[in-house]
Amino acid sequence: MAQLTISDVTLSFGGLKALSDVNMTIEPGLITSIIGPNGAGKTSMLNCISGFYHPTRGDIFYKDKKLTHASPHEVSNMGIARAFQNLELFSGLSVLDNLLLARHQNLKYGFLEAVVFYGKASRIEAENRAYVEDIIDFMELEPYRKSLVGNLSYGVQKKVEVARAMTLAPDILLLDEPMAGMNQEEKEDIVRFVMDIQKERQITVVLVEHDLGVVMDISDRIYVLDFGELIGSGTPEEVAGNPKVIEAYIGEG
Amino acid sequence: MTDNKHLLLYSIPQLLRWRVKSTPKRPALREKDFGIWNTYTWQDYYDYVRKTALGLRAIGLGKGSTIALISDNIPELLFTAIGAHSIGAVSAGIYQTSMPHEIAQILQSLKATAVFCDNQEQVDKVLDVRDQIPNVKKVIFEDPRGMREYMSDDWFVNIRDLYKLGDQEHEKNPGLFESLVDQGKPDDVCHLCLTSGTTGLPKGTMLTHKNYINMGIQLTEVDQLEPTDEYVSFLPFAWIGEQMNSFGVAMATGITLNFPESVETAMSDLKEIGPHFMFGAPRIYETIRSQIWLKIDQSYWFNKLLYNYFIKVGIKAAHYRMRGKSMPIGLKIKSWLGKQIIFRPLVNQIGFLRLRRAYTGGAALGPELFTFYQAIGVNLKQIYGQTEIVGIAYMHRDGDIRPETVGKPLPGTQCKISEIGEILSKSDSVTPGYFELPEKSAELLEGGWLHSGDAGFIDEHGHLVVIDRISDVMHNKKGEMFSPMFLENALKFSPYIKEAVIYGNKEDFVACLINVDPVVVGKWAEDRGISFTTYMDLSGKPEVAKLIMQEVLDVNSRAEKEHFKIKRFALLYKLLDVDDGELTKTGKIRRKYVQERYQNLYEALYDASVDKKEVEASFQYQDGQSTTVKTSISFYTVKGV
Repeated sequence: MAQLTISDVTLSFGGLKALSDVNMTIEPGLITSIIGPNGAGKTSMLNCISGFYHPTRGDIFYKDKKLTHASPHEVSNMGIARAFQNLELFSGLSVLDNLLLARHQNLKYGFLEAVVFYGKASRIEAENRAYVEDIIDFMELEPYRKSLVGNLSYGVQKKVEVARAMTLAPDILLLDEPMAGMNQEEKEDIVRFVMDIQKERQITVVLVEHDLGVVMDISDRIYVLDFGELIGSGTPEEVAGNPKVIEAYIGEG
Repeated sequence: MTDNKHLLLYSIPQLLRWRVKSTPKRPALREKDFGIWNTYTWQDYYDYVRKTALGLRAIGLGKGSTIALISDNIPELLFTAIGAHSIGAVSAGIYQTSMPHEIAQILQSLKATAVFCDNQEQVDKVLDVRDQIPNVKKVIFEDPRGMREYMSDDWFVNIRDLYKLGDQEHEKNPGLFESLVDQGKPDDVCHLCLTSGTTGLPKGTMLTHKNYINMGIQLTEVDQLEPTDEYVSFLPFAWIGEQMNSFGVAMATGITLNFPESVETAMSDLKEIGPHFMFGAPRIYETIRSQIWLKIDQSYWFNKLLYNYFIKVGIKAAHYRMRGKSMPIGLKIKSWLGKQIIFRPLVNQIGFLRLRRAYTGGAALGPELFTFYQAIGVNLKQIYGQTEIVGIAYMHRDGDIRPETVGKPLPGTQCKISEIGEILSKSDSVTPGYFELPEKSAELLEGGWLHSGDAGFIDEHGHLVVIDRISDVMHNKKGEMFSPMFLENALKFSPYIKEAVIYGNKEDFVACLINVDPVVVGKWAEDRGISFTTYMDLSGKPEVAKLIMQEVLDVNSRAEKEHFKIKRFALLYKLLDVDDGELTKTGKIRRKYVQERYQNLYEALYDASVDKKEVEASFQYQDGQSTTVKTSISFYTVKGV
């Protein structure tokens, strides 16, 4: 069964249709990419899934649960985490604090327990720290643990952004242009992480990315959007041979 | 401590067993992982060595096998090495930065039958050359990250599976391990250490248990270490400087070895541990000093004022302290004040507060650096030795630090200067020879003395002074001798100069290529509103050349002999780099290679009519791609030479 089903989703802002009748199925354990020229509706699609926008028409299902009108925190509680294109981190906090903060929904102790900080509260804090340390190790962020996010280079901040999404222990990870603005070396790094996230952690990855080379290399399945419409889908080879896709990218010859 | 001598009767695994018997619960190793320092007691250490040893035996290693180690410093590296020693096998270290073809060559020439890698990066390199290394039967790895696709291939062994195999063997035959350890003899070869290879392909120096343990004992007879002392293991394990600590000093004294979380975090982990002693190549001390200067420069005015005043006091006091003389009472008070107000907090910032002794070796260090560190309260001392004598044979004693020398021989080490001026040594730590190179070994150990290949003399205080490699000493056209390394170090004392290459062999005068320090000169340029893009651009700025000209004039004014003075120089457009083969892995200049590579610059240095030359510079990026850039490089003639 598909992990995420998007059926006939339409999203309009007044007269402008950002998405029209889009259908997608995200299979568990694979890397699915959504590509398309600027303004094609890729980020809108992610916004619909993560609950920032609600589709005007159509439905989104997570397994058999309907999340068409779920709010962002409900979506994230279900196990869908997102890393943003424009970094959404607290630049005045350390990397560690940013990641611990992302675990706040797991901090299930009350005010008094926090004051006493013995038994449950300290145990939960320790568990969360251990979880976060595991992610720090996975994303190789050890040298930056105590650094303020605002002082880090853009490439490292991007890694922290992905790590923050990972700390939510998601089943599905939505990555919005994780490689934008990076140099070749940083890109190769992130690609390796994305593949490890999928293969070692068995997390389904939905990737929105501009770098077609990367997308073709690592995706199991690709959806192509253009002006809010789905113009092609399939394996990388199928998509690369699709004349509509070529036209959308290169323009009419 | 003379009661240490009985330790010489043990092999390394036997000595480990002895430590377990006397202090089983004391921490032996500590590793930072997932943000926490995890402790291995001597008992744990021994248990893991047993698991590894029997596991290695189960996969076919034994007497006569060699296991190569390509890994960052982690406890598992020591488990594997000492595990191998326990079953009579030999370990060999390979630098983690080695390229696949180098690894293949080394594995073949050392006849390695197994390889230990810490992670996928190293495993992939070995995999790359798999068809060239038929002798290698197994590759053991520690970090399973990224190894999922290799697991179906039984060439690879996860170290956890190796432990399991070892445990099974131990259950079947509980006395086996002890009896294997019993078979070890102190004079057995246990490790092949690659010599740093300033010339040609590295050779495997055979070192015995006794070589290592003796070195540890000799060292601690001069500088006492307590079993509660901490040491941070961050030097490459393939370098003798690290093994002498993990095999020799740690075993002989029972200190705790601390392994940083990753190479990048080594300096901040060092701060957390606060070691009691440390070793390092000169580069580490140069870098730390540059960082201190930079931080002071960026600090606010009051801090700067304090620093600038007390560093002068500190340097004065350092001169007394280094000679072991008592200083005038006024200076004593001022230097005490300086220590409390500024230097203790400063030293604490770099994690050196508990440091009793810091040693530098591997290459020469500018005299001013000693004074600097002594002034801020770090007891920095020079050591000298070769891989072939387990790293240290000569060392400064506390209160007798003469920066221009490398100190006196360790107790039990004899020293002699040969007729041609070569430094010869003799001690229990001298290698039995190179692996399967009988001719080279005979040359090395001719007459029962270890031939260092270095020129030197013993001064009036009984200290050894090292001039340079015998093969590196140069003569100008008139036949006057000079040491390029000596002049390079004089230049490198300037914070603005990162690296220098001196020429002048069979020429009329001395000339050099200079690498400016990108950080310090970059900051200098920024402060003066000089904008630049790349290192090449920065090096080409006429203002920077003016700055360096001042530094060269300064060095010339201090030159002891007229023919030491530098007449012409140029600023090189790229940093000399290990990856480009211009430096050895320990940071020494590969003179011959550099000369060939920059032949056109060399010619221009000795052609007074040239003051600008177009050159094509080729760069190799880390991913292996290379590009060519056209640039013009200027040549400067120094006045008054």
